[in-house]
This record gives sequence, structure tokens and C-alpha cells, in this order.
Amino acid sequence: MQLTNEQQAILNGEQGDVLAKVMETLIKYGEVFGAEKMVPVTGKHNHLVTSFGLKALGPVYDLMDKLIESGNVSKQTFSVDPRPLDKKVPANFLQNFIFNNFMYSRQDFYEKQLSKLGLMEKDAFTCTCYMDEVGNRPKKGDVLSWAESSAVVFANSVLGARCNRNSGIMDIMGSVLGYVPYFGLLTDEGRKATWIIEIKTTKKPEAQLLGSAIGMKVMEDVPYIVGLDKWLGTELDDATCTYLKDFGAATASNGAVGLYHIENLTPEAVESGKDIIAENAKTYVIDDAELERVYKNYPIMWKDQNAKPKLCFMGCPHMSLEQLKSWTDKVEEGLKASGNKKVVIPTVFTAAPGVLEEFEKTPYAARLKATGVITSYICPLMYMNNPLSGKMPVITSSNKLRTYTTARYYTDDEILVQITKGGK
Amino acid sequence: MREFKGRVIAKGTATAEAVVSHEGLNTLASFQKALQFGDKTATCGDQNNKDLFGKQMAGKALCLPQTIGSTTGGLVLYCACSMGRQPACMLFSKPIDSLAAAGAVLADVWLDNISMPVIDTLGDEFLNYVKDGMKITVKEDGTVVVD
Repeated sequence: MQLTNEQQAILNGEQGDVLAKVMETLIKYGEVFGAEKMVPVTGKHNHLVTSFGLKALGPVYDLMDKLIESGNVSKQTFSVDPRPLDKKVPANFLQNFIFNNFMYSRQDFYEKQLSKLGLMEKDAFTCTCYMDEVGNRPKKGDVLSWAESSAVVFANSVLGARCNRNSGIMDIMGSVLGYVPYFGLLTDEGRKATWIIEIKTTKKPEAQLLGSAIGMKVMEDVPYIVGLDKWLGTELDDATCTYLKDFGAATASNGAVGLYHIENLTPEAVESGKDIIAENAKTYVIDDAELERVYKNYPIMWKDQNAKPKLCFMGCPHMSLEQLKSWTDKVEEGLKASGNKKVVIPTVFTAAPGVLEEFEKTPYAARLKATGVITSYICPLMYMNNPLSGKMPVITSSNKLRTYTTARYYTDDEILVQITKGGK
Repeated sequence: MREFKGRVIAKGTATAEAVVSHEGLNTLASFQKALQFGDKTATCGDQNNKDLFGKQMAGKALCLPQTIGSTTGGLVLYCACSMGRQPACMLFSKPIDSLAAAGAVLADVWLDNISMPVIDTLGDEFLNYVKDGMKITVKEDGTVVVD
């Protein structure tokens, strides 16, 4: 690794032992992947993946204390993934007891640490920090030190920022130091596509299914997607960005995709066209039958496969304002068609606090409330990630939630039927 | 007996019994329960991992292709090391992924008296050959001996 004089001085301990260790950590991390230099983090804000005061992560909080006590806080303010608890979300007595006394008993303590380290503002907790209502939207070419996989893939692909799929802790180390190792998705070479995905469906593919199929096929590689502009158009408007948010999260969770290019749509594909495809790229054709095959192969993790769903989660990643509005219309129409007044399964729509605040200012908020749908800023993954919730029959149209928990996946249309009319 | 040679990610030597996952190890799903509820043997809690679910990981030679899942993976591995519930060594058939690399580096730099040698690029043949219960010896230079 070639270091500048300033970087070498930090490594030598001239700014203290703790910062020297941070430098050593990032150098060693970069060297594993062949990085030859450290480059400045240029994004205005960072975004951290670790939002939860999980009792089991005591050593992480000890490490954060070392940073705080030595004065090595983040050089950028940052947003953080969603909070794990919200009283608005239905939970029984035992769940609440376990959440508050065992699992997330260090939530208040950790949030105080985050404030000291550089939290943007007290409610900057969401996985969709890049939304306008939240205010952490990087510019094209910005170098980031983020870790949340769905945010990384969105920032790289839709916004043209540059960020590797880092782990938690590495994210804050980058913004404490102000430098990250130069490798992978930070480099021009690492951003070239090694897969060509040909979309040959007869209708607009379900974002969460398409992302899942591509993720499982290409794993950590970069796909160049041809034929999707036929369904999405060539403008990155709100509806398309919402689609790409859900699509990208599925590629990142069902595989390990950190960047995708969509012909005629995403910035680097528009700029470079097929020149961004590496030599000898492999091809994967997706048609209706392939999506059906992928869907049918998802394991159902419920003990009783015919159980009546007890909860429905929408919004992993958090829903956009556009999504909250369009789903309000859909739920109302579904209820009208079924003759029901309120949703028949307890349903939670999750979104960033900033998005929910804006939503509340619109007439849609009262209409959605009247359908019985609950809105929340919670992280559905954190809610589900314990033995009690894991046994609950929960349904979702999030492929990320399906992948990491026992929640059962349905397409958006199927979810709408489930919550407005009832299951099969 | 067979010898395999890989790249050293975290230095050290180890001798331990193998536990093998042929699919990616979901670090958060595998370790969370053990870290949360005081299980010092670090029994794998990932129901989706047919090879490892319910098996002890602490003190074992964990043989795997790579890690998968939440990007909290690195810090979960770091916590397992800090709490003394880490595998004796981690042996990757493929090039290590960024999450496992982060965990290995964090433990190496920030924790004293923790030894968890990590070797990667041991090849598909390694993972095809090694079976649960085999004796594994890891040498300083990245040589892995499977008995």
C-alpha cells in the first residue's frame, strides 16, 4: 500500500494510537483485496448499518467508546439504519418483554453513542437515507464508506456514487479516518459488467423477483441489464427509483450485488453504453418462466404452511413517499372490491421518519389510516430476528425480509389480495 | 491425509476438528443466538444452513466457501472473537468476501490475545475433500493439513 506522508504519519501514531489502529484496520482490509492506495471519502454524509442496541454486540459498543473517548468521531455526519423498536407495531407481552429486556436493552445507550459520533439528527434512522425527505443523497462520483447493502447498491447504481459493500464498523472507520482503501467498486475496472442480463418477459417484471433471480445468478458480480428500459422507460423518476430501490435490495440480499447497470437508464450505462461491459461477459436470459421458477423455489419456513398470516410487513427497504401514496390507492380499491372496511391481516407499512412526516402532510395519510394499515419507522428485519417473531406467520413482498427471516414472500398483487380480502 | 495451500488473511496456527458448510455462512443468522443467549459453544442458529444448523462452531475448524447475508457480518464475527466464541480457524475455499475479511481484520487489529487464523482460496477441491470431524492443522504459511 502506497501511503501519502499524512497517511503514514497517522499510521505512525502522530495523531494518537486509536487513529493509528483505525488506519491499520483499513490498510489491512484493503490489502486483502489488492488495494494500493487510500482515497479520501468525498460524500457529504456517511450512512451506518448498525442501528440497534443489541445486547449481544457489547464489544462493538466498547469499540465505539474507544473512538469517542479518544476524540476520533466521524468527519461526516451520518444517518443510520432503522430503529429496531416501535410501540406502534403489534407485539405480544412476551415479545415486548424480550425486545426491551434482552435483545435491544442497550438501544438508548447506543443511540447516545451515535449522537456523540456524528448522527445527522435524532431521527436519522432509515435504510433509505438517499431519499430527498431524509437528505443523505450522494452525488455522482462521490466516494462513500457505507455498509447497508440496499443503500450501497442504490448509491452505486442509481446515483453513480462509488462505494464497496463494506461491513458494519468498517463504515464508521472510513468516516473517522476520512479515507477508504481503493479497490473493487471504487475503481473503473471494478465497475465493469461481467454479466449481460437479457429481459424477455411479456410484462413488467416484479422488481423483487427480478432482483432475486439476478442476485442468485451473478452473486457479487456486476450485471448489465438489457430490455428493462422497455418497462421502466429512460427517466429516473420517483416511480422508477422506487422500483430500483426494491430491485436492488433483492439483488444485494439474494446475492451480493453492489452495482448494476440498466441500459438507457442508470447513469453509467447511459454514459458508456455497452462499453461498460467487460470482455467475455456471461449471459443470463430472464423470461416469465424463469421468474416463475425462481418464485416456486423459495422455501417456506413456516411450521404450518397453511397458517393464517398474523402480520404483514411492507417496506424492507423502507417505502418511498410515492409508494405510500400508490399503496393507499391500491388498498382502498382492494377493500372496495372485497367489501371489507379494514385490512383483514394486521399490516405495517414502514418508511423513513422523514418520509412519514411528509406523508402525514398529505390527504393520503388519513385515508391509509382508515384502512387499518399502520405506518412505522421500524426495521422489519430487527423485529423478525428473534425466536418468538420467527415462529409467527408473517407475510411480505420484500425479498430481503424473505431471505433473512421466516417471513413468506408474495408478489405485490398477492399481498394486496391477502390483506384486503384474506388468504387462499 | 491431504495438504492444501491457501492465502493467509490472519496469521496463526491451529489444530481443530472440522465443521463444514458447503453453502455460504450467514454470519448474523449463525452467531446471533449464541451471542445473545450465552452459548459458549456457538451453536449455529441458521435454520437455512442444512450443513451447520445445530452444530458447534466455537473452537472448530470452520470450512466454508464464503460468508453471506447482512453486512453486519463483520462486526458479528468480531463480537464472537471478543467473547471467545470464535472458531479455531476459518478456512475459505473461495477468495474471502468483504464481510468476513472485515471481521478477521477487526479481530486481528483490535483484540489482544485472540487467535483465529484465516486462510482463503483453498479451492473447491478442499471443500469437496474435507468432512465433519476430520482433524485440521493450519500452519503459519497457509498450509492446511486434513487428516
